[in-house]
Amino acid sequence: MNRLIEKRGYRPINSEDNPDNGRKWSFKQKLLLGLSPKAYLQQLLHNPVNWALCVIFAIGLPVIVYRYVMGLGGVMHASYDYPWGLFLGFGLFCMVPLSASGFLLGTTVELFGHTKFKPILNLALLNGLLGYLFAVIYLLVDLGCPWRLYYPMFVSWGTAAVLFLVGWHVATYLSVQIMEVSEAFFEWVGWPTAKKFIHSGTIGLTVAGIILSTLHQGALGTLLCYAPGKVHPLWYSQEFLWIFYLCSSVFAGLCMVIAVSTIIKKTMAWRCGSEFLENLDSITIGLAKGASMALVTYFIIKIIGITHDNEWSYLATGWGQWFMLEIGLGVVLPIILFAVGIRRNSVALIRFTAFLTIAGLMMNRLNTALITFNWNLYQEIPHPLETIITVTIFALFITVYRFILYRLPIVYAWKAVPEEARIPVPVPDRADVVTARPEPQLTRVMNS
Amino acid sequence: MRKISRRGFFKVTAAGSSAVAVSSTKKAFGMKEFHGYPNSMGVLVDLTRCIGCRTCEAACNKEHGLPEPELPFDDFSVFDQVYHDGKEKRRTSDKAFTVVNRYNPKASGGEPVYRKFQCNHCNEPACLTSCFVNAYTKTKEGAVIYNPDVCVGCRMCMVACPFLVPAYTYESALHPQIKKCNFCYDTRLKYGKPPACVEACPQEALTFGHRKTLIKIAHERIRENPKKYVDHVYGETEVGGTSWMYLSGVPFDQLGFNTDLQHHPILDNTKSFLGFVPMVLGIWPALFMGFHLLAKGGKGNDEDKQSNK
Repeated sequence: MNRLIEKRGYRPINSEDNPDNGRKWSFKQKLLLGLSPKAYLQQLLHNPVNWALCVIFAIGLPVIVYRYVMGLGGVMHASYDYPWGLFLGFGLFCMVPLSASGFLLGTTVELFGHTKFKPILNLALLNGLLGYLFAVIYLLVDLGCPWRLYYPMFVSWGTAAVLFLVGWHVATYLSVQIMEVSEAFFEWVGWPTAKKFIHSGTIGLTVAGIILSTLHQGALGTLLCYAPGKVHPLWYSQEFLWIFYLCSSVFAGLCMVIAVSTIIKKTMAWRCGSEFLENLDSITIGLAKGASMALVTYFIIKIIGITHDNEWSYLATGWGQWFMLEIGLGVVLPIILFAVGIRRNSVALIRFTAFLTIAGLMMNRLNTALITFNWNLYQEIPHPLETIITVTIFALFITVYRFILYRLPIVYAWKAVPEEARIPVPVPDRADVVTARPEPQLTRVMNS
Repeated sequence: MRKISRRGFFKVTAAGSSAVAVSSTKKAFGMKEFHGYPNSMGVLVDLTRCIGCRTCEAACNKEHGLPEPELPFDDFSVFDQVYHDGKEKRRTSDKAFTVVNRYNPKASGGEPVYRKFQCNHCNEPACLTSCFVNAYTKTKEGAVIYNPDVCVGCRMCMVACPFLVPAYTYESALHPQIKKCNFCYDTRLKYGKPPACVEACPQEALTFGHRKTLIKIAHERIRENPKKYVDHVYGETEVGGTSWMYLSGVPFDQLGFNTDLQHHPILDNTKSFLGFVPMVLGIWPALFMGFHLLAKGGKGNDEDKQSNK
């Protein structure tokens, strides 16, 4: 892509009309990023990331087929003591908190009206949607009978089960997020009426997002309350596990937005709008402030948790050191680094810290669901094929993520066309609208 | 037709509604805790009587039409089998719903003690309460049975089971399901008959009867022979009580029993969170809409409306 921009002066699609001839972009042209099929293919082949993804898919997709032919036993250890592996340990327990970004920034921008974060809102919503979508895809690999995924909704209700709540909430929240992101989609395909309709329900969707997220982020933690004694006491808390999970999802979601926006800025700056690029640094600092507060809160309630169950003596054991390593690297160090980064306005340090925090969060989730699970039995290392499938689905996640970012107005603003904007003020010359920054009134309409 | 005066009407209504209120309150109190069905059956396993003959294993295998094991049931070398660096002994699987293991506890001076185990059929089972499609049923006879037709295969029950009992047919691509002891519910218990393993036991180590009676018998045996037994009936209160209970001559933790289990149902651990759910659903909308209005300075969406003009 960078090569195209440098050599041929390529301009990515960002409005209904082609600025070169004034005609509307067709759907096919939009899909091909405004390139000819040949140029599009060339651009694909030039990108080394695509080659890496191809290698992963070449190995991983046959393994996924193998899993459906041979059953779970073909790709897992088929352990009765460790019924859950990486598919759930990573795919559900890590992906869901990292996707809390949607409800967090929805709340910040739509509910509290902090328009400063507006340029990153769509990215946060998309990150949330895709994270949940792929958590469900991981689930489809892990379930023994994935074709019965809808059973808890329509066939047989186990209403007393926490997993029932998780299932329903993830399904509902996925629909909410599809609606939230569909605004950008409708803008892109050129259905302004549909966009307006969805937009009229923004506040409702946002509040629904808060309710559902509060409950299912916490419910994921409560799932492990079914296994007291199996989860190591330091990671287990009957009273507080759900609050730990909810609180850590706050900094996880915010750090994920920082991390993803960093990667986007580094690798696809051509696609970013000026509003996004110019404000990203100050937005990043703002997000880091939010994440720090959640981290400090998390650290405090973790200590309360240990004190409440009087588990101090466990800290002296090997598991205790592992626990302190997790808290040290994933909570305390990020708190310090974020503080230094915010004070010195060092966005680079903040970005590094965001990645560190994500690693710490993943360590926590894997520790609770897998590593310290059955701590008094024996340890089990995931099957190699299980690891391959997990990586493959994550590669698919990246592919879909990038495919959408290239096209939909996520990190850039779709330029409104005057006819559709229906503004009583004199219609400005089209050339002005396409090339120059829109008038203030126009921006308002777009934001509303 | 007799006319009802206004006063009379009030009297009747008041009496009626208070009666309803009283009775429903009583019922509500009664339902808060569940200690098992009143006529639940159970089995008392007296480990001091078990000689490790594995007859029960063979009977179970035959009753459920399970595949023939690699080593025959009269081969006692299975007692030497260990797994996971010697940390684990044999366990229940999709091909064996009950297993007898041999232990050489310190308390018996190294003399072998045998322990049979299978699904303990909890009063308030964790597998049942954690299942999001209600695949499990606790029957009034005491059995915990499983319905493969609605099972989605999430394996939450295996995570939840405090006794590590349920097994899963991972090799099956099309019909994977949970496999575990069902108290011979379909073939025997339903008709009031004892399960196959109990009937087969030559040592009377297994006693079948009403759970309430078995608890009395167990304590009676301990009272009569305090030197022979540890003063504890394993399963009487563990995780809220189980239909299968154990008596032992040596401390239970030396026989591979988990003695750190809680003495109330596993379900209780999630109750406080689940109770919080309707509160969030009820309070959050108004709370956050309130925040929204405050943040907008009480103006609501006026700004949006103006810009839409």
